[in-house]
Amino acid sequence: MTIIKMTAAQVARKLIEKQPLFILDVRNTDAYDDWKIEGHNFEYLNIPYFDLLDGVEEIIPKLPTDKDVLVVCAKEGSSVMVAEMVAEAGRDVFYLEGGMKSWSSYLEPIKVGDLTDGGEMYQFVRLGKGCLSYMVISEGEAAIIDAVRFTEVFTNFAKEKNVEIKHVFDTHLHADHISGGRHIAEATGATYYLPPKDAEEVVFDYTPLEDGLTVKVGASQIEVGALYSPGHTIGSTSFIVDSKYLLTGDILFIDSIGRPDLAGLAEDWVGDLRETLYRRYRELVEDLIVLPAHFMIIEELNEDGTVAKRLGDLFAENHGLNIESEEEFRHTVTDNLPPQPNAYQQIRQVNMGKITPDNEEQTEMEIGPNRCAVR
Amino acid sequence: MEVTQILDAKGLACPMPIVKTKKAMDTLEPGQVLEVQVTDKGAIADLTAWSAAAGHTLLDHKEEQNVLTFYIKKA
Repeated sequence: MTIIKMTAAQVARKLIEKQPLFILDVRNTDAYDDWKIEGHNFEYLNIPYFDLLDGVEEIIPKLPTDKDVLVVCAKEGSSVMVAEMVAEAGRDVFYLEGGMKSWSSYLEPIKVGDLTDGGEMYQFVRLGKGCLSYMVISEGEAAIIDAVRFTEVFTNFAKEKNVEIKHVFDTHLHADHISGGRHIAEATGATYYLPPKDAEEVVFDYTPLEDGLTVKVGASQIEVGALYSPGHTIGSTSFIVDSKYLLTGDILFIDSIGRPDLAGLAEDWVGDLRETLYRRYRELVEDLIVLPAHFMIIEELNEDGTVAKRLGDLFAENHGLNIESEEEFRHTVTDNLPPQPNAYQQIRQVNMGKITPDNEEQTEMEIGPNRCAVR
Repeated sequence: MEVTQILDAKGLACPMPIVKTKKAMDTLEPGQVLEVQVTDKGAIADLTAWSAAAGHTLLDHKEEQNVLTFYIKKA
């Protein structure tokens, strides 16, 4: 029987449309336990490829015949080898083109909604790593917030939409993924903004992103306004776009809140986090739609694949917004934190411009989930 | 440590370093040591896990100028 290539984009469709898929993950067990392709209706079997070198007979009965079987490995090579063996045993089988490396890189652009006078808000969902980037489009202009390092996805999208990228923002100095913001700004002539309190060590020029700063996108003047909201980092800044959306960066997620420890100062910043979540955000209009910079679990995805929810609903439902005691809050966000993201200290160095690893090294650094939240 | 055989798997991508390592190990006698040279970084975790699963002993590994060298004693 035959082996067929499946792209990360095709896997993304299956995930968003809640289709079934059987994933035979042939990476070693540690890698699989740490991070895998999540899906509402995906089933899994993890057997390292090196345990299958003598043959796949033992696993054939475990592979379903009523749904697609996708063989996945780190970079593709082993999945092709195993898929060929499965095909020789008489089954149709798929392999993931580019492996987990391409899954980690794949971005699905999804329209979140309309803005005043024909403007649009797009969310770029990096399903494999849980990163969310944004593009605000209005009358031939665009602003980008929290772009990941695949800069061409954003510049090509802007070309397709026939808009000029004017403003590029990072809500904070990221620790889980490498920012593409500075490079997009260099390539397009856009202004690159970074919160100065997060940028004390950066080695490049940037425009300070200060509380209260507003920029206009397009002639109809859609407003992107900055709101200082420290806690995940000391500089963390949120945005209110067109009085409709609240971009929270890594401060507030759908089902969790930001962790204050990734720059090494959990004890110092927990008070800021509390202040932002329990006072500054409380003063905002509850009908704002929250658009975070990450999701952690696929249950946070909406039916259309976006990650977005009304602020008022989060006040009611998000556990991290409902811890009355300050002492308990402090305990929750400083003790028993999950492991830090892979290579987070190196990633911060990259985002400060202090080190410039090549593409393959960047891919290695970004392996695994984002782990920016505490539930 | 006496190395019985040296396997040059430099420049090869996954899964070939492990495939070749397994073939080479099949030709050795128990107790003999195979030296494996690879450049694929993914081989660190995979060779370690494969050796453990197969019962072989990973005696040592080192990294010099982007070449990873493993010493594996056959079970």
